[in-house]
Amino acid sequence: MKNWITLIVVAAMLATLPLVGNNYLLRLASILCMYAVLAQSWNFIGGLAGYPSFATAAFFGLGAYTSAILQNQGLPMMLAWGTAGLTTLLFAAALGGAILHLRGHYFAIASLIVAEMLREIVNTTPNLTGGGMGLNLPIMRISVEAQARYFFYAMLSLAFLCTATAIVVYRSKLGFGLRCIQQNEDAASILGVNAYSYKTAAFSLSAVFVGIAGAIYASWVNYIEPPDVFDILLAVKPLVMVLLGGLGTIFGPAIGALILLMFEEFVWRNFLTVHAAALGLIIVVLVLFLPNGLLSLLRERFARLRGAR
Amino acid sequence: MTALLALEDVSRRFGGLNAVDHVSFSVEKGEILGLIGPNGAGKTTLINMITGVHPPTGGRVQFDGRDISKLRPHQIARLGLARTFQIVQPFPKMTVLENAAAGALFAGGAGGLDEAHAIAREHLTFTGLADMADKPAAALTLAKRKRLELAKSLAMKPRLLMLDEVNAGLNPTEISEALGLIRKIADQGVTIIVIEHLMKVVLSISHRVVVLHHGQLIAQGEPREVLSDKSVIEAYLGAKYAAANPRGAP
Ligand SMILES: Nc1ncnc2c1ncn2[C@@H]1O[C@H](COP(=O)(O)OP(=O)(O)OP(=O)(O)O)[C@@H](O)[C@H]1O
Ligand SMILES: [Mg+2]
Repeated sequence: MKNWITLIVVAAMLATLPLVGNNYLLRLASILCMYAVLAQSWNFIGGLAGYPSFATAAFFGLGAYTSAILQNQGLPMMLAWGTAGLTTLLFAAALGGAILHLRGHYFAIASLIVAEMLREIVNTTPNLTGGGMGLNLPIMRISVEAQARYFFYAMLSLAFLCTATAIVVYRSKLGFGLRCIQQNEDAASILGVNAYSYKTAAFSLSAVFVGIAGAIYASWVNYIEPPDVFDILLAVKPLVMVLLGGLGTIFGPAIGALILLMFEEFVWRNFLTVHAAALGLIIVVLVLFLPNGLLSLLRERFARLRGAR
Repeated sequence: MTALLALEDVSRRFGGLNAVDHVSFSVEKGEILGLIGPNGAGKTTLINMITGVHPPTGGRVQFDGRDISKLRPHQIARLGLARTFQIVQPFPKMTVLENAAAGALFAGGAGGLDEAHAIAREHLTFTGLADMADKPAAALTLAKRKRLELAKSLAMKPRLLMLDEVNAGLNPTEISEALGLIRKIADQGVTIIVIEHLMKVVLSISHRVVVLHHGQLIAQGEPREVLSDKSVIEAYLGAKYAAANPRGAP
């Protein structure tokens, strides 16, 4: 109940942003919501099931391209977004069957290769996908301000839906089974958990919203190309955000998204060349020193203060 | 009596090693069967075969008249076969209650999380862990973790329970408590296979004993008879000792 109230209050507050904010702020908030979707989605497979997936970039790019191609064939935008989500979901379910029997590093590496494979496919099918030249999307015939609002609300709704799904899943039998798998997969199977289908479900959940996010993003920026939507950073950032906010928690991913976005906007922009290195450093520090997320520090401090009283 | 579990010429190879080698025996409904043998005899491997963890590379496993050799572990668990692990396998970050609830929810037929928690509580009380229900499983002592393994298995509503050295590492008081629990479980009609190194324990609770050595079944029958069998004494203490002490187990 507390989770639902938090979600609704935060979403309602964000929804008023177009009344007060300028386009720059709206753009940031849209990215924030998109990041929250990527992080929350990753949390299903990486946090809940304990399988460190790097397939987010693949799902994002697949969603973006599916929607772009369909729209260029004349499908209405919203319908194209939905179809992109469904396609990504089915793709993840099939892919899961192939790589979810791998554990730990092997799974991580296999999931990393998927985006490269899709990128190759795009590069070698220029007639359909535009290949390395990229692909234009139909332009919306509304004002720049209206577009900013439109895509902000689209991303916000998606983030809301994704977090709501997380709240439901975490308290469900599926969520419980996934936590068992995360802690000890063999013991979970012996207790009757169908590890294979549970992991596939988690992997599919980690894909569907990312696919839709990719589709919305493509419409938002009007033009996509392989290095943009299959960017390896799209696979790494979700993990960083979840580690920042707190692994396997409901609001950790959103909080991690906020931290990463602020970091990117205010620190990163001024040190463009150290991008990858800085991200790598953050990961190392997080994994080594703060496996429960940055917030765990505050929580502990808070608990200690209360204890001292 | 009818056989609940029947092993028909089962084998398990690991590379060039015959960990279990053409073994056949059956377990009757309601029986407590002792499964013994020196280290590396293949006892744990046998349990792994029955539970689908390492499916047999030859032969068949029949449970209640049904071939289960090709089923996957979670399917076998749902048929009512539960086991404890020699090396305890709790979900360390979950509470003791959640650990037991997992068994009830995924194999024991509980209708939902609430019902699973209620069933779990019963079994924690039965195994004497009720006051630990909300502690993380990682905080338990070894003896209590072994009892948690038992509670998890019982929450699965098993028809056949396989206990892989639940007494190893326990002190005499803890052992007699554990034996009391095992007897009570058997009284409820659960068929039990116990793997055990302590002969005194085997003698005191098993109705029948099966002996494995180098993956092969070398003797089975009434406990005292089996333990005085020459090949069994040889397996445990070497041929010399057996020749010098023609009758009588250690
Ligand atoms: N997964 C595995 N891979 C390879 N070899 C294995 C595997 N599991 C068991 N073995 C081998 O099979 C043989 C039987 O081992 P098992 O664990 O079944 O013996 P055990 O009777 O349970 O012994 P203990 O009393 O020490 O528990 C041993 O030689 C062991 O090394
Ligand atoms: Mg063993």
